[in-house]
Amino acid sequence: MLPARVQINGAAVDAPAHDTPLLWFLRDGLGLLGTKFGCGVGVCGACTVHVDGQAARACMLDVRDLIGRSVLTIEGLSSDGSHPVQRAWLDEDVAQCGYCQPAQIMAAAALLRRKPRPRDRDIDEAMSDIICRCGTYQRIRRAIHRAAALSRR
Amino acid sequence: MSDLPGTTRRSFLITTATAGAALLLRIDARGDDALLAPSAFVEIGQDGVVTVWITRSEMGQGVRTSLPMLVAEELDAEWTAVRIRQAPLDAKYGQQRTGGSLSIRELWEPLRQAGATARAMLVMAAAMEWNIPAERLGTGNGVVFGPRGRRKPYGELVAAAARLPVPATVALKNPDQFRLIGSSKRGLDGPDIVTGRSRYGLDVRVPGMLYATFVRCPVLGGKLRRFDAATARSIPGVRHVIPIDGTGLSWLLQWSHGVAVVAESTWSALRARESLIIEWDEGANAALDQEKIESGLRERADQEGLLVRNDGLIDAAGTKTVKADYVVPYLAHAPLEPMNCVVSVEPQRCRVWAPLQLPAGARAIAARATGLDPSMIEVEITLIGGGFGRRLYADYVGEAALISKAAGAPVQLLWTRQDDMRHGFYRPISHHRMEASLEKNRVRTWRHRITGPSRRTVTGPAAEKPEESETYAAIEMPYEVAGVAVEFNHVYVPIPCGPWRSVAYSQTGFIIESFIDELARAAGADPIAFRLEHLKRKPFLGNDGEQTIDPARMRRVLQLAVAKAGRPRKGHAHGVAVTMDHGSAVAHVAEVAVSERRLRVRRFVTAIDCGSVVNPDHVHAQVEGGIVFGLSAALKGRITIRGGRVEQGTYADYDVLRMREMPAIEVHIVPSRELPGGVGEPPVPGVAPAVANAVFAATGRRLRTLPLRLE
Repeated sequence: MLPARVQINGAAVDAPAHDTPLLWFLRDGLGLLGTKFGCGVGVCGACTVHVDGQAARACMLDVRDLIGRSVLTIEGLSSDGSHPVQRAWLDEDVAQCGYCQPAQIMAAAALLRRKPRPRDRDIDEAMSDIICRCGTYQRIRRAIHRAAALSRR
Repeated sequence: MSDLPGTTRRSFLITTATAGAALLLRIDARGDDALLAPSAFVEIGQDGVVTVWITRSEMGQGVRTSLPMLVAEELDAEWTAVRIRQAPLDAKYGQQRTGGSLSIRELWEPLRQAGATARAMLVMAAAMEWNIPAERLGTGNGVVFGPRGRRKPYGELVAAAARLPVPATVALKNPDQFRLIGSSKRGLDGPDIVTGRSRYGLDVRVPGMLYATFVRCPVLGGKLRRFDAATARSIPGVRHVIPIDGTGLSWLLQWSHGVAVVAESTWSALRARESLIIEWDEGANAALDQEKIESGLRERADQEGLLVRNDGLIDAAGTKTVKADYVVPYLAHAPLEPMNCVVSVEPQRCRVWAPLQLPAGARAIAARATGLDPSMIEVEITLIGGGFGRRLYADYVGEAALISKAAGAPVQLLWTRQDDMRHGFYRPISHHRMEASLEKNRVRTWRHRITGPSRRTVTGPAAEKPEESETYAAIEMPYEVAGVAVEFNHVYVPIPCGPWRSVAYSQTGFIIESFIDELARAAGADPIAFRLEHLKRKPFLGNDGEQTIDPARMRRVLQLAVAKAGRPRKGHAHGVAVTMDHGSAVAHVAEVAVSERRLRVRRFVTAIDCGSVVNPDHVHAQVEGGIVFGLSAALKGRITIRGGRVEQGTYADYDVLRMREMPAIEVHIVPSRELPGGVGEPPVPGVAPAVANAVFAATGRRLRTLPLRLE
């Protein structure tokens, strides 16, 4: 039998023995604390990560359903904050409290993979499931457009 | 040299310069002065690094950037050499409460003093070394420079400066000399935030830490009767299932009666929680329903209340009267990071790591919960994933202390989203009966009767002076009216309440700014001109005796916002609101589109006069955020009670504004040299009335109940 492993940020990791949401496996099991808990029921988006390049909610996924698949968290997006989305986020000084921003960044990065030149409507669609209680949406929108421009360069 | 008070800065500098050579010898002999730390707020190292201790909590308002700017400005430090550290709770820092939009206002002087003091000592050290009078030296970008191209970086002067006496008084810069204050600086935490490295309460990890969840009675005020934890204990990783009772320890813990699960991981704790079988004694509140609360307020509103302002003349009504009832609901804070903390109770001390707006409150409640002396409670403040007033109450720290003590281990207590939504300290519901009269198209009399619970309800039916916490914003009504009366009818409702971003202004701003609009329409006047006509009072002190309400500043922001907004686009309508609280005036122009019974807020043009501005881009950010916060409440927010329970549990039924609903926001700051005003709260109160007034302009319908619903 092949070992039950999940790719997390490029490394093969043994999946836990029993059902565990990806969110808590990342946070408590692996110490990857950039993925945040907001609701645990898939309505706030604070735990958004990538699974095989698509935005997904870590609180709604059982790690054992991800065997053989590839998970990317904010820690794996770049080693040094150099991803165009991260750079754009700093240029627009998006964050207030910052708690939701790793999720916003992951969702934006997934959007830009699918749509390198997103329109506002695409941003509304991709980003409306992730709550920012501080209200940074206007800057998030600007930063996504800026990241799209940075990526094209 | 020791008798410094009263000595002018100049004479102190000259005197010290002449004593320079002798002092220098002593310094060289010691050579261990690694830091210049003339106050608790700032340290400068021999490497030139300037460390500023942050004594307010960061919850997105930008204090971890703006506060060090104040120090760096007067220090003439190089901004890139500034590092920040969050100060633990310690009397040496003075008060550490974060609330009331006060951080900049309270620290504007002390932090500039701290920077100027350190600068004076560095200059003096250079003066002695070069044997040049200090007043001939200058500073900039972390360097002292003197005649004939002499220059020395601060780091190289630290050892000498650290041996100098700390001057008792220093002069502060004239605003003309500001280089940093007033220029936009990016948030210093940004790089950590975008890489997922910033650490909030839930990210605290300490050795041996266990994970806890705590089940309270869903009926507020209910008590644990018995529980069966057999299944819960069988779940792998579960260490303890413990009954917890905080009710006798603190008024903040009167709802903390239930069962804690302590486990080796969050998920084990949450799974075990689901399998607990608990029998509750729901108590008297189980009969409490929303309809009953609302009808109770309505009935009581017919009675005359306690008169808290009466200018006389109130019965000398004008020829035309206007009456209206407004109702605003209970609201939750719903920060994205739910309540949580880590507490480690040890035999002779207790350590707390928590997202806190009032660290002193955490110390007090941990002392009560552990029985330890407050001096044995150590409190570290983490980054906060949203506060909005909720984290002024550290009930969760008291609970975690009880759990840690019972478990004999450090624990991280996580409130689930549902715990957070259902066990909050809510913005209170209130009913507002308005009655005004007009005479020759001016408001002659104005009566505002507030009926509802107190936001101090937490202390029980005998909440002290409930009228104080509920009426001050109504008493501060800024419009010039011959006779104003404000009344209060206190209705006790056993739902815990507390401060919520902009506090009483959050309710009263909606009422006053909607009702003045109604009066303008009744007078056949333009609502903007009508406001300007009535904003003619002289500046007056607010009800707290400290904050000024200045109608002239309100006029100015209103005129600016209206000018910048221009005319509504085709198919859209404008509504305005202007408010002043926490030391700042804000005017909003809301642009809405109403079609097919659907309300869309498309644009906000906002002007703020918050006095001197430290970090303009972060003022913009706070105004943008305040508008979004206000829109969530105006369009969506409503906590309701059924059977003594809060009905809402997550953002699925207590939704907040989303990206697709986001209006375009334009912010304009009025240039000013006044002392700084607050920025976190003042943008909030005017949001709902600006939208409601725009809806009226679009449809002729006056919406007097929040959230605003067209159906």
